[in-house]
Amino acid sequence: MHPFTYAKAADMREALNAGWRGGRYVAGGTTLVDLMRETVERPDVLVDISSLPLREVVVTGRGGLRIGALVRMAEAAAHPKVRVLYPVISEALELSASAQLRNMATIGGNIMQRTRCTYFRDVTAACNKREPGSGCAALHGYNRSHAILGTSDHCVATHPSDVAVAFAALEATVHVLGPDGERRIAFADFLLRPGSTPNREQALRKGELITAVEIPAHARPLKSGYLKVRDRQSYEFALTSAAVALHVSGGVIREAKVAAGGVGTVPWKLPAVERHLIGERPSDRLWAEAAEHAADGARPLTHNGFKPELLKRTVERQLRTVGGTK
Amino acid sequence: MSTELPAEAETSSVEPPPAPTRRTFIATTTAAGGVAVVGGLVAGPPALAVEEAVADEVPPGSRVSLTVNGVRHTVTIDNRTSLLDLLREHLDLTGSKKGCNAGACGACTVLVDGRRVNSCLTLAVRLEGAEVTTIEGLAKGGQLHPLQQAFIEQDAFQCGFCTSGQIVSGVGCIQEGHTGSRAEIREWMSGNLCRCGCYVKIERAVEQAAAGRKG
Ligand SMILES: Cc1cc2nc3c(=O)[nH]c(=O)nc-3n(C[C@H](O)[C@H](O)[C@H](O)COP(=O)(O)OP(=O)(O)OC[C@H]3O[C@@H](n4cnc5c(N)ncnc54)[C@H](O)[C@@H]3O)c2cc1C
Ligand code: FES
Ligand code: FES
Repeated sequence: MHPFTYAKAADMREALNAGWRGGRYVAGGTTLVDLMRETVERPDVLVDISSLPLREVVVTGRGGLRIGALVRMAEAAAHPKVRVLYPVISEALELSASAQLRNMATIGGNIMQRTRCTYFRDVTAACNKREPGSGCAALHGYNRSHAILGTSDHCVATHPSDVAVAFAALEATVHVLGPDGERRIAFADFLLRPGSTPNREQALRKGELITAVEIPAHARPLKSGYLKVRDRQSYEFALTSAAVALHVSGGVIREAKVAAGGVGTVPWKLPAVERHLIGERPSDRLWAEAAEHAADGARPLTHNGFKPELLKRTVERQLRTVGGTK
Repeated sequence: MSTELPAEAETSSVEPPPAPTRRTFIATTTAAGGVAVVGGLVAGPPALAVEEAVADEVPPGSRVSLTVNGVRHTVTIDNRTSLLDLLREHLDLTGSKKGCNAGACGACTVLVDGRRVNSCLTLAVRLEGAEVTTIEGLAKGGQLHPLQQAFIEQDAFQCGFCTSGQIVSGVGCIQEGHTGSRAEIREWMSGNLCRCGCYVKIERAVEQAAAGRKG
């Protein structure tokens, strides 16, 4: 591990000042410390933000939610308001990592977590994300777990977060604070596709701190849930996953929010699936037809040719679980 | 183990060598540096002195005071030291094991302020004032913790390497109340791998201790 100085920020100002000077924020440390040990990350200065007042879960407007950046995954998942208003968020969180990690890791850190691509984690391998211009060992290497959507010739790594898939589906907003003040970034614009600059992963500017993730109030009644498919039953990243939220009234689907995980370089919103559902009546046939669009545009690699079909079935099953059948 | 230590233990790290504390935030005020604060936000050049970073050979270290199994320790450590290494290498508490050193096995599980965490991914320098409980701290007055006893009664281990992590994690799991069914125990204990495959018996041991607590 590269040596670093450590300081705990007593308030937002201290944190922002240190961040602006190039200090690296550390929240739960479960991504950062791990990658520092692998020397993938080599910050000179760690800024401990764990004392900052970003720990609240607040209900906003008519059933929206604002989750503070430092709310731990375990706390967010167990929060009564989260469980009632957006089960898809609790479920995505409780299907993530382990109880121990969820006791440490935060919501802000979670959406900032870096890919689990083994070539990214191996400093001797070519990786454009870690070392721009060095190439992508995954493109023609072992790429079973890699992305089929949003990839480029420069990078095919997935974004590994589960709750980010729920945030993408629900069209969340990321609240950030920086030297120039406060900004709100639509979740769809927050995580960046690799393109030719896979080393740029988020829309954050220098020194900016995430303060919260806000979920807008969606029409109610709203049913929602998260399905995760993986190589083992627990404590494993997704091969595919689906976050689904449906507002059905008068027997007709009025709103459909659907996104997929484990398949994209960023959490993958599925507007074609959503469009297919709106204005229709729930039925097994509808779920199957809508899910046919889940892998539109997919570009499988050598070892993940199973993912498009698995993705469609994952989405279909989760549509049925959330939307029921006649 | 821990009872043999003096109540106020002053320990210094052996490797890497002690280094001066560099809490760069201390005694630094933002206002003095001409930072304009607008609506609680910072504008203009920040004044915090973080450029003190990593220059000389001695790796940056810090002094931290924490309580481990009821005993207060003040240690000077390299900032890179994990809680797991602090326990094992500096405090002679080798019950917590290092399996993967990457958050992926649970062998290093300890309680920090009552919550189960992976000590391998916890930087010790962040634990000022924290209360840590390790496997060595579970027995009270020569009595094994009910979950330790249950592990023996259920024969819930073979090689034993994962066991201390399993037991501490199980204590956390029971406290959290995630023991409503075998399936729930399995899911909420999934952060602890057992290469010997003792899962069924581990499940039973946690179930037994949880039932004992209720009864
Ligand atoms: C074995 C293992 C299994 C896992 N399985 C899963 C899984 O199944 N699903 C899943 O979703 N995740 C999984 N994870 C990842 C885990 O959820 C993340 O590591 C965690 O959420 C990161 O949060 P943290 O608070 O620990 O972040 P940190 O490690 O503290 O920080 C991560 C990054 O975010 C930055 N950062 C943190 N907070 C802020 C902020 N407020 N503003 C700006 N920048 C910030 C840091 O500078 C750093 O770059 C797993 C991790 C491990 C080790
Ligand atoms: S050693 Fe900490 S989780 Fe494996
Ligand atoms: S008893 Fe051997 S690893 Fe669990």
